Formats: sequence, C-alpha cells, structure tokens
Amino acid sequence: MITTYLFYFLSFLTIMFALMVVFSKNPVHSVLYLVMAFFTIAGHYVLLNAQFLAAVHVIVYAGAIMVLFLFVIMLLNLNKETEPHKSPWLKFSAVIAAGLLLVVLVGSLKGATNIMATNNFDANIGLIENLGKTLFQDFLLPFEISSILLLAAMVGAVLLGKKSIK
Amino acid sequence: MALQTYIIYKLILVLVVFAFTMLIAMYSTYAERKVAGFLQDRLGPNRAGWFGILQPVADAVKLFMKEETIPSVSNKTLFIIGPALSLLTACMTGVVIPWGTTITLFGENFPLQIADVNIGILYLFGVVSIGVYGIMIGGWASNNKYSLLGAVRASSQMISYEVAMGLSIIALIMTTGTLSVGQIAAQQHGWHWNVLVQPLGCLIFIICAFAETNRAPFDLPECEQELVGGYHTEYSSMKMGFYLFAEYINMFISATVISTFYFGGYNMPFIGRFVHDANLLTLCGVVFLFAKIFFGIFFFMWVRWTLPRFRYDQLMNLGWKALIPLSILNIVLTGAWMMRHEIMAYLNF
Repeated sequence: MITTYLFYFLSFLTIMFALMVVFSKNPVHSVLYLVMAFFTIAGHYVLLNAQFLAAVHVIVYAGAIMVLFLFVIMLLNLNKETEPHKSPWLKFSAVIAAGLLLVVLVGSLKGATNIMATNNFDANIGLIENLGKTLFQDFLLPFEISSILLLAAMVGAVLLGKKSIK
Repeated sequence: MALQTYIIYKLILVLVVFAFTMLIAMYSTYAERKVAGFLQDRLGPNRAGWFGILQPVADAVKLFMKEETIPSVSNKTLFIIGPALSLLTACMTGVVIPWGTTITLFGENFPLQIADVNIGILYLFGVVSIGVYGIMIGGWASNNKYSLLGAVRASSQMISYEVAMGLSIIALIMTTGTLSVGQIAAQQHGWHWNVLVQPLGCLIFIICAFAETNRAPFDLPECEQELVGGYHTEYSSMKMGFYLFAEYINMFISATVISTFYFGGYNMPFIGRFVHDANLLTLCGVVFLFAKIFFGIFFFMWVRWTLPRFRYDQLMNLGWKALIPLSILNIVLTGAWMMRHEIMAYLNF
C-alpha cells in the first residue's frame, strides 16, 4: 500500500522536475533540476528492489555525468546576448516534427491497454549477487562486447581531444 | 522487536551519531590548531577556558555574530543552497557506518549501525560523488572568478580521484566478497585486518581520501596564494562556517571509513581474553573504533602541517598516471592471488 503512494509521489516529482528542466530559463537551473529528476528515478529503482542499479545510477549520472554538464555550462557562461537566433522556419518545422511524434506516440499507446507479462517478475533479480551471476553467466558475451564498445569510445575521445596527431 | 521500539531506537541512534559528528567536527578545529602549534613549536589557542578548551565555542559565537553579506549580482537561492548542500552530504555518510556490534538490553538486541544496507559501499560512494555539488554551486553562484576557478578545481580533482578510489575499493570487495560495510567490519575479527591483505589498496585509498576531502597537500581549491580563498571567497559568517565545518566532518568520516575498511573497525585483537561481558565488549569496540578514528584525524593534520601543497599538474599526473594504473595493477594481482590454485593447476605444477 505504502509503495503505491510512494510510486505516485515519486512519479509526480519526476515529471515535475523533468518539466522544470525544459521550462527554466537559466541553463544551470536546468542541469540542477535534471539532477533532481535522476534522484527520483533512482527512487523508482529502489521501489523495484534494484538497489544496485539505483546506487550506480546516482554515482554515474548524478555524480559524474551531470557534474561535467554543469562544468561546461558554468564555463560557457550562457546568457541572452550569446544565445543563437533561430529562423522562424526552423521553429515552425520543429513544432510540426514534435506534433508528428506526439501522434505516433498516442497511436501506439492507444492499442496497448492489455500488456501481459511474458515471464514472472523475480523480485530478487536486482540484488547485486543475482545481477552479477546473470551478467557473467547468461549474458557474458554481450556484457564484454559493450565494455569493449565503451573502451573504444574512450580511446576515440582521447584521440579527438589531442591537439595534433603525428 | 516491536515496530515502535525499532523506530524510536533508530531515531535515537541517528540523533546520537549526528551529535557526535558535530561535536567531533567542532573539536577537530581546536585539535587542528593545537596540532599545528605542536608541530611548529608554538602553544596554539590557550586563552578561552582551560588550555583553550572553549575555543571552538568562541569561534562558533564569532561566526554566528558576524555580518552576513550576499553579493548583489549573485544568484541568491543557489548561493544559500551551496553551503547547506555541502553540510548535508557530509552528514549523510554516517548512516552506514557500523559503530560497534550489538548491545543487549531488556532481552532486545540493538545493533550500533543505523542501516546495514547490502550496498553500503556504493551508498558511501554515491554520497561522496554528489558532495561536489555543494562546492560547485556555491562557487558558481558567487559570481566571482576566483570562486569559479576554485569550484572547477575542486570538482575536477574530486572526479579524478574518485576513479582511483573506486578501483582500490574493487580489490577490497574482491577479497571480502560483500558490499555491506557491517559485514566487512565483522570479517576483520582477530588479526584479519584488511590492511594486511590489501596494503597497496589501503595506501591508494588513503591518498584519495586526502584528495576527496580537499585537505593539504591537495587543498588546491582553496589555496590562498592563487585564488584568495577559492570557492568560499565571497562567503561570510556562518555560511563560510558551514563550508569549513563540512570539511572537518568529511575528515572525520574519512578517518572512520579508513578505520572500518582497512584497520579492523571496532575489532581489537586479544580483547576477548580480558573482557567477557557482551555489552562491555561492544562498548570496548566503540572505544577502539574512536581511538582509531582520532589517530586518523591526527594523521590528516600531521600531513597537512608537514607536506607542502602540490602543483595542479602534479596533482593530475599523480591521480591519472600513478594512482589509477597502480590500482588496476592491484586488482589484477588480487585476482591472480585469489585464482592461484586454478592457475597452478592449468600450468601443471
């Protein structure tokens, strides 16, 4: 019972912070609201009994990636004068594209009333022991391939960041 | 245990831990000046009270009474949130620390740990990683070049050293096989201290703890010669007090975490031979833990008043080119040692 209330409370907060990200004028405020939204999403993970995912979510997204976002925005010092001016045609086409996306979303969600769970939800799957066993036994190859992908991205970023390649 | 007793007990424990954290942070400021005096052959504060014992109280009164200035061009909300966030994240870490085993009163067991979550280490790590926001927000909201530079330095330093810290912790998790801080402390019963199993990991962790708390020799975010006061240049009165207080709380928590992870926590060898009452044994454990913590705090101060400050490129080189490769080497060595029988069998020895 209490988890239902918590779910609705957290969902309300998440949507509210997500809207604040879009609507706040100051980019630094936007980033801080995004951090709050990440925290509420971590709360959702805890409700699903996935504490490991919640902790890693906070460490990686709120603790590292958003700090770098904040870093860049603070150093750029964005304000009214430096804001790029967009032509009205661009705004017009953006509205049409977003409206089309809305139509597609509504159309796809309309038929999705009776979703059946394909397999039973295991409440303990989010605990770190079970997660580790699943990752390293059942999904070892995809796990290793995605880690190589991340490594390649990291090496690529370092190469691009170098001033001159000899 | 009934639910009401449980909730009341946990609330009392939270209050006690909070009060002790504040008291120790307060007297750490006094101890810092006394230790500095001792190391520099001076007397240190000795006017307020007996041996200057009331000095922290006098400092607190001074900070509360001072005029509070908020720069007119700054972002006022964020300017106030900054120090509050710093102090909040500093206080949040004490929750998962096991301060002792259990006390048995009226037939009920009371564990001296607020929450033994099964991802305790990750919780600690998460709180440390969001601790940087207080400094960044405060430094940016001040609308001052020096504050911003200090904040940027602080955050890049903390992010860099978090990597090495996390890697050194991974080797510890491999040997202990658990992420629960309570279990790690319990495993070190007797002489099974983790520092004997993980000497290199312990050294890396301690160095990273110095960088995470922004203490000398890594106190670049607030070095006076280059940045006036760093991220708290524009702060005055108790808001500056909050930042300084958060630093001392972080130092206390770092000393606690180092003692718990690597130096046995509340365990002390041979004490079981002399004390047989369970409650007395628990109290002895708490005393031993605090003895280790106080030595840790003294060590922090000892280093601060002995070593000069690093240059910024030296700091980054140490973090990325020395500590991270060393901690990866530590992980590989630990893994090889744990799999030594399998490796030997594979090589037909």
